[in-house]
Amino acid sequence: MIEFTDVTKSYTVGTKALKGVTMQIEDGEFAFLVGPSGSGKSTIIKLITGELKPTSGAVHVNGYSLERIRRREIPYLRRTVGVVFQDFRLIDSKTVYDNVAFAMRVIGAREKEIRERVPYVLDLVGLDTKSRRHPGELSGGEQQRLAIARALVNNPSTIIADEPTGNLDPARSFEIMCLLQEINNLGTTMLVVTHEKDLVDRFPKRVIVIDNGLIVSDGMDGYYHYENQ
Amino acid sequence: MRINNFGYLLKEGIRSIFLRGFMSFAAVCVTVACLLIVGSFSCLAYNFNVMVEDLNKSNEIMVYIDSKLPEAEAKSIGTKLNRVDNVYSAQFVSREDALENFLSDHQGDDAFNGVEAEDLRHRFVVTLEDNSLMEQTVKEISQIEGVAKIKAAYEMAQGFAAIQDVLHVASVAVIAVLLLVSLLIISNTVKLAMYDRRDEISIMKMVGATNGFIRLPFIVEGFTLGMIGAAAAFGLLWLLYDWVLSKLDAATILKLFIGSFVPFQELLVPMVVTFASAGLFVGIVGSWTSIRKFLDV
Repeated sequence: MIEFTDVTKSYTVGTKALKGVTMQIEDGEFAFLVGPSGSGKSTIIKLITGELKPTSGAVHVNGYSLERIRRREIPYLRRTVGVVFQDFRLIDSKTVYDNVAFAMRVIGAREKEIRERVPYVLDLVGLDTKSRRHPGELSGGEQQRLAIARALVNNPSTIIADEPTGNLDPARSFEIMCLLQEINNLGTTMLVVTHEKDLVDRFPKRVIVIDNGLIVSDGMDGYYHYENQ
Repeated sequence: MRINNFGYLLKEGIRSIFLRGFMSFAAVCVTVACLLIVGSFSCLAYNFNVMVEDLNKSNEIMVYIDSKLPEAEAKSIGTKLNRVDNVYSAQFVSREDALENFLSDHQGDDAFNGVEAEDLRHRFVVTLEDNSLMEQTVKEISQIEGVAKIKAAYEMAQGFAAIQDVLHVASVAVIAVLLLVSLLIISNTVKLAMYDRRDEISIMKMVGATNGFIRLPFIVEGFTLGMIGAAAAFGLLWLLYDWVLSKLDAATILKLFIGSFVPFQELLVPMVVTFASAGLFVGIVGSWTSIRKFLDV
């Protein structure tokens, strides 16, 4: 579960990125976080992954209190939160299989677990036949699937997708969104940060709209709800 | 950390050396160049020190014995001289030997034709362990019964002591500066290698790797590169040193000088220890400090 209670975040340069954000995303929920550039979306992601600490208020993520978290606990928090980025962030020198296995190895998983889990996850994202290829040999959509597989492989309870379709054409974007929905159906909490109104409207999910550091809309009826006001 | 994880991290560290061949090569080259400069200067400083010490040892004190004492009694003073602190050796020269030496030094000079052995004194040629304490030692020797007169070159001794002091301070300062510069250069090279891998590190952080887990392959890599650099620098220095000695040996004018140079074998143990420690320190500390910045995510 992700819970923000009256969270503010100010940067040293004086910018106030969040001005009292309160929201709660339940376990197993699927939510979109939308808003214009500079609205505070990235700050919310950084607060969830422990890259930043709130200036005031409380942030709880999967049992960790982010305002009190110790440095050595942050890796363990991150194991509960898988992150998918717009630019994929894959390691070009590693194969598809090794990109996914790498995420397990660096948290100390056993080889036996890796050999069992990686093919399962690659099958889930539809890359089981391309496990020996390198990221450079994959299409944009496939690279994002690989990034999703990597985020998923350590079985996190939450996945945060930061503009996951930003580099993809509409058809591939829809496919990726369907994949994320499929993963959510298996019980993983999903928070998708996006700009793409049309895509959001095709999925009847919760939409949280943030603008100028404040949540201005939070409902089940889509992005246009806020725009049409 | 499990054993299989440790094996994986070790393997990753070694693998990345070959994967980033050019960066590894650059790091090794910088280590070799820096250690070679430090090593060459250390060898030079050591040899100068040995030379000055040798010259210093040749600065002798003449201890003249009372002319009334017969040879046997004069000789026995040698035991007392050897008991004095700081006396390295005391060699007896009889008045007959002294005359012989004197005449051979002044061959063809008729002015000394009438000089008899009885005109001279029995004497000891004394060398000291530490010439900077010459004045104090001479005082102690002068109190020995039967010693008539002492001739000592205080100024020369002081000069040697001053040269040695300057040499010590200068070599320590230069080596320290060279080591510092080397560390900075090597640390920057490692930083460059880290920068090249910042994406990989950020992915590791993102998926929840602990700092220790992220660091270990880099430490293994730094250690391996540092040791390769140190070994290569050591080998090159040995070759270079022997080559310089052989060239000096060929130059007849310098033959006298060469006698004071120590063979590399004599420097083997301190050089191995110094190079191995420097390689270890530079490799491990270099990667440890360079990676810190990238772990702060």
